[in-house]
Amino acid sequence: MITIHHLQKSFGKNHVLKGVDLAFDKPGITAVLGPNGSGKTTLIKSILGMVLPDDGNIEVAGKSVRNRWEYRKQIAYLPQIARFPDNLTVKELLSMIKDLRGKAASDQHLIDLFELTPFLGSRLSNLSGGTRQKVNLVLTFMYDCPIIILDEPTAGLDPISMVRLKELIENQRAAGKTILVTTHVMSLVEELAEEVVYLLEGKIHFRGSLKVLKETYGESSVERAIASLLEQQKNTPAFSSNGQPAFVTA
Amino acid sequence: MLHPHIIKTLTATAFLMMAVALQGRVIEVCPECPVSSISEAIELAQPCDTVLVKKGTYSEGNILIGKDLTLFGEGNPILDGGGNSEILTIHSQFFHIEGFTIQNIGTSYTQDRAGIRMKESQNFTIKNNRLLDAFFAIYLEKSKDGVVENNFVLGQAENEAGSGNAIHLWYCENIIVKDNHLAGHRDGIYLEFVDNSRVTGNIAENNLRYGLHFMFSNDNFYHHNTFRNNGAGVAVMYSRRIDMFQNVFEKNWGAASYGLLLKEIHDSRIEQNSFLENTVGIFTETSNRLTYVRNTFAHNGWAMKISGGCQQNVLTQNNFMSNSFDLAVQIAGMDNNYDGNFWSDYSGYDLDRDGVGDVPHRPMKLFSYIVTRTPESIVLMRSLFVDILNFSEKVSPIFTPENVVDHAPKMKQTSGIAQGAETPGPKIDPAAKPGHSLTQNALTIK
Amino acid sequence: MLKILKYSFYDLIRSRWTYIYCGFYLLFTLSLLWLSSDLSKVVISLMNVVLLLCPLIATMFGVMYYYNSREFTELLLAQPIRRTSIFFGQYLGVAGSLSASWLIGTGIPFILYGVFGSAQAGNFFTLMLVGVALSFIFSGLAFLIALNNENRIKGFGLAILVWLFFAVIYDGLLLLSLAWFSEYPLEKFSLTASMLNPIDLSRILILLKLDISALMGFTGAVFRKFLGTGFGMSVSLIVLTLWIILPTLGIRRVSLRKDF
Repeated sequence: MITIHHLQKSFGKNHVLKGVDLAFDKPGITAVLGPNGSGKTTLIKSILGMVLPDDGNIEVAGKSVRNRWEYRKQIAYLPQIARFPDNLTVKELLSMIKDLRGKAASDQHLIDLFELTPFLGSRLSNLSGGTRQKVNLVLTFMYDCPIIILDEPTAGLDPISMVRLKELIENQRAAGKTILVTTHVMSLVEELAEEVVYLLEGKIHFRGSLKVLKETYGESSVERAIASLLEQQKNTPAFSSNGQPAFVTA
Repeated sequence: MLHPHIIKTLTATAFLMMAVALQGRVIEVCPECPVSSISEAIELAQPCDTVLVKKGTYSEGNILIGKDLTLFGEGNPILDGGGNSEILTIHSQFFHIEGFTIQNIGTSYTQDRAGIRMKESQNFTIKNNRLLDAFFAIYLEKSKDGVVENNFVLGQAENEAGSGNAIHLWYCENIIVKDNHLAGHRDGIYLEFVDNSRVTGNIAENNLRYGLHFMFSNDNFYHHNTFRNNGAGVAVMYSRRIDMFQNVFEKNWGAASYGLLLKEIHDSRIEQNSFLENTVGIFTETSNRLTYVRNTFAHNGWAMKISGGCQQNVLTQNNFMSNSFDLAVQIAGMDNNYDGNFWSDYSGYDLDRDGVGDVPHRPMKLFSYIVTRTPESIVLMRSLFVDILNFSEKVSPIFTPENVVDHAPKMKQTSGIAQGAETPGPKIDPAAKPGHSLTQNALTIK
Repeated sequence: MLKILKYSFYDLIRSRWTYIYCGFYLLFTLSLLWLSSDLSKVVISLMNVVLLLCPLIATMFGVMYYYNSREFTELLLAQPIRRTSIFFGQYLGVAGSLSASWLIGTGIPFILYGVFGSAQAGNFFTLMLVGVALSFIFSGLAFLIALNNENRIKGFGLAILVWLFFAVIYDGLLLLSLAWFSEYPLEKFSLTASMLNPIDLSRILILLKLDISALMGFTGAVFRKFLGTGFGMSVSLIVLTLWIILPTLGIRRVSLRKDF
């Protein structure tokens, strides 16, 4: 579904993505991990066309995304921080997004799922951070898109909503969607993800299944595996001489 | 209802009978009459006779009249100069002319041809005539005790050099110029060496140079006139004791155009006039001891420009309303008095409610000074920067004369705005009311 | 784009700032009309206000709206919507709601007063037009500045500076240069220079109606041609339109190149 060729991006002197090659061609959940500033969000935003690459190419469903917008119909995106126009009510926001995206959506069951009905008439400025995140989730999942990108989906959620979110993601996977998730919550990765992409300093440091990750570093949990990956990173050079990521496994 | 024409004829007949009874015979002139030319009739006439000219066109060139006569046109007879001749030249001690259309005098660069010329005459009335395409229309020289009333003068002047004045007075005394409508000439009314005369109720508009022009003429009074859209407005120069009352000066636009230009005028009074939408309402230069009172200046570029050499002038109870600039005083150190006027942009207050602002007003803005020096800076008029400049200058004057200040600005405007002359109605067509009490008018000359 | 415009517009016309802005004009105009019987004086006072306040408020509103809706903009950017549509929609929403405030705030009192059919009707229309044009121009410039500056403080500062420059500093510099070079023919220069500043341009459009008596007092042929005929009015209107188009093109350019 998504193919990324040699993606390069700098913000001023800060070279954020240094030639990323990635392909997400199978359905399933991929966790995009990496320390702060490693380029996760930039990568996601590049896919969405919010960040324009300096070099390289991104294709979604076989077509380059440069200067195009229609392909975003196939992507559902959950942004990291959810802030909306203060003067709108939840209901108005929902109908507005529906108005903008055009096609009908299955929002009602999501509203019920996250128990948002009492807040429909409230202004967004009066909502708590958790409730906003729920609204954000509704906005994301109410469209039936083949690609779903979630940037820190659990931020501010209460345990019940967290459980429901996981169910929701599971359902989407079952429906054969390609799902990318960035998160700092490793338990979420462990529970949901089949594959991990680990970004470090603008390069893909590791790509592989959870199992391979754990085996490679001889640890029992993802959290520990990541920790020892970082340890190792400090001690040895990260990249081989041909410039390819050192630990990529297929 | 009697037909107007019958009324006209009856009135004319009644008047003529009276004239005959009082003064003499009537000699009729018409194209088919025994006497078919005006010159012939004048030849035949005795003093105090009336020459009654009936409807028709008379192309007799210059008609010379040296007798005391009444020349009366019935049915609006036309005297046509054929474009190359003066028409009536009169030298008389008692003369009345009324009811003619006098046309086609033709431009001349060598002689001042006129439609009607009074030469060294007195006790005359020129009334209810139409003068079209005249070079000079009515020309009075060395005459006195006359009335020029209710004439309609329309010229085709194109440039100053090739055009004459509508009413031209030269070395005259005790003349009344009244209710005339003057347009399309060089000057509407021109007075040179004319004393003790009165100009009233006239409308002078669309003339190339001045609507009214005084030169070396003292002790005159002009009032209730309207001067509109003339090339340079009204000029009063080198004269003393001129009273200007209840006139309207409007829409005189141009680089050297003024509502009223005062140059070397002394001891005069300018009262209750209106100056509306002129580039400069009044421009005054070397004029002393003038009193400006209860005039209204509205929507002018400059209400008043006071150039050098103006001393002891008094401005009071005038209304300055929405002018781009109220005052431009070009030289410092003149002792004029500006107290007691109404300024629409006065920003002070009147706490004791006596109708007089508690804070003095400085009517001369810094920007007015700047524009005088750098005219192009006019593009910055009313900009915030200029407002800031004006304000700082107001607080502490550096460039503008310090004594240009109204110590007692009025909070309310003075009432009594001049109406000027009413718009021309029937007086355009003098033929509509011929024979209107000639003797009475002749007798009013005093 | 129309949908975005619609939502931005609704969003803004429900904001209390819009009400305050509109209410200010309403009160101000009403009190001016109440205090002064002379309509032309009211027009002059309003002209001073529109030249000062419309650009200032448009600048502030534009910058503020952009920064406040940045996250929401990102949400929109991830939607299948053309980038330029988002920014044009938002810009037009701001400019439109400001213009509406201005038109309602000043228009209603004037109409109630009976401006139609009075001698000031022409001036009134010019004033309305200028207010709308300035709202568009300066909210456009504000958007452009905000788009170019991620840092809010910097963006705000720059926007205020731009306003200050056009409102005051520019005229000061112009006046200085006119005074400095006063021996040279400056007609064309002064006219061109005023065209290059939208506030000056708007002012001249009003002057052409209000102060034509004073403006006609100049001998220069260029001035006379410009001021005395429909020529000046047409050129001013064309340049004013250009002033609206230019920031719009800038917004388009930057929005197509910018990373979010």
